[in-house]
Amino acid sequence: MPDTALDALRSSGRIVVVGASLAGLRAAETLREKGFKGSLTMIGDEPYEPYDRPPLSKQVLLGKASAAGTALPRRRAIDAQWRLGVPASGLDMAGRRVKLADGDEVPYDRLLIATGVRARPWPNEAEAELDGVFVLRTRDDGAALARRMDAGPRRVLVIGAGFTGSEIASACRERGLEVTVAERADAPLVGALGGVIGAVAAELQRENGVDLRTGIMVTGLEGDSTGRVRAAHFSDGTTLECEVVVVSLGAQRNTEWLLGSGLGAGPRGIACDAGCRAFDITGIVTDDIYVAGDVARSPHPLFGYQFLSLEHWGNAVAQAETAAHNMLSESTDRRPHIWTPAFWSTQFGVNIKSVGVPSMGTEIMITQGSTAERRFTGVYGYQGRIIGAVTFDNARWLEFYRHQIESTAPFPPPYPTVDRRAEGSRPVPADFPDPSVPTHGPTVTLSGYSPADRRLTFTPAR
Amino acid sequence: MLRLVVDLNRCQGYAQCAFLAPDVFAMHGDEGLLYDPQAEAAQRERVAQAAAACPVQAILVEELEASDA
Repeated sequence: MPDTALDALRSSGRIVVVGASLAGLRAAETLREKGFKGSLTMIGDEPYEPYDRPPLSKQVLLGKASAAGTALPRRRAIDAQWRLGVPASGLDMAGRRVKLADGDEVPYDRLLIATGVRARPWPNEAEAELDGVFVLRTRDDGAALARRMDAGPRRVLVIGAGFTGSEIASACRERGLEVTVAERADAPLVGALGGVIGAVAAELQRENGVDLRTGIMVTGLEGDSTGRVRAAHFSDGTTLECEVVVVSLGAQRNTEWLLGSGLGAGPRGIACDAGCRAFDITGIVTDDIYVAGDVARSPHPLFGYQFLSLEHWGNAVAQAETAAHNMLSESTDRRPHIWTPAFWSTQFGVNIKSVGVPSMGTEIMITQGSTAERRFTGVYGYQGRIIGAVTFDNARWLEFYRHQIESTAPFPPPYPTVDRRAEGSRPVPADFPDPSVPTHGPTVTLSGYSPADRRLTFTPAR
Repeated sequence: MLRLVVDLNRCQGYAQCAFLAPDVFAMHGDEGLLYDPQAEAAQRERVAQAAAACPVQAILVEELEASDA
């Protein structure tokens, strides 16, 4: 028996997409491609049509592209009504309506939530507002930071040595700017790639003239009388003069607008099933609300059915396509989102790429090339199987390792590999930070000896 | 005007694009790629050749009418 409700949806239904970035756009294109003829509304908090973010920390900071010139090419016309520059502010699940910040309400038959993430701000609001303090996530952020870099600041401080922070530091060096990178962990990129690779990334930064300071925290930013940032204070008691500070402390998920809606959304994202359908707070999956992109958390069969939250470009595209397909499909025609995680970064002239979930790995083996030459492949092992891989200027091998991960091939790899060196003779601990030790909690330090000068300094969580 | 995006998960640094449309695509290091996501209409032919020649078909191009903002 044909599903008449589904036919009605396809021909005259109302689909609303909240989040007008990569995932929202690719979902909308997929809906039209699959024959959706009803009304399509795209809601976005930024006033711009969908644009690509990866260039903002690379080409744009290098002055080789403009932040305003990053709009994404379309795969096809989507014939949508655009509500740009107005964030969604609430969701009425029973009434099937999205509330907008300007008071409007948009009714839907199917909803796709792709609200993504935003840059985690500097926790001290007054310091965050100093002139010269930036985050980098949006087109406006990219334009403002690029303009400030054009002015030739004497020193840039980057707080946080994840991928974005490392790319910003790389752009600074390439432009001849002095840059200090402050990282709480022992090396850059350790959260994503572990300490073995982090050590390689640290060497890469220092060789390229970055003043990399690890195992340290920035405890405060100081402005001058005109409200411009002039210095930063570190947890080791030192002070650094700097004219620009870029806060690169990761991202926060845009789920606040769903508070109280009954949808299973919170600081860790929106939980959904492998078919991209959102869970409500009771743990029951909804039939009409789908999720895709950075804001989604979905179970992945290949990785122990863990709910993975992937802030990856490729994930946004793949999950959006799956969500759009499933929205218009009978239950037996739905597909699972089982994309194998993959990401890339270019920094200090090195192309870094990864597949799988390296952070699940307990061991790593350099199966090809040499870390000293900055051209190698590292393979991560977990419980006797290959769970992830990373390449530095060795991208052509990654496809091979993706198949190894997808076929749960044994670790360490029992076969010989091209360009195996002595350092790749055996696995070593991958050296990821202990997840049970909080890295985002508040820090309290005591100073002074006599009861009268005993002082307590509270550094808030970030 | 042209809009373009490269799927850098697919890109393997074959550098065909940097050879065919050097004003739009440039290698950055041995295998990294930097490109201008917005290219002049005059680059249309070159960018089309680059997209067609990409061994992993990682380049998506959209041509906009001049009147489009």
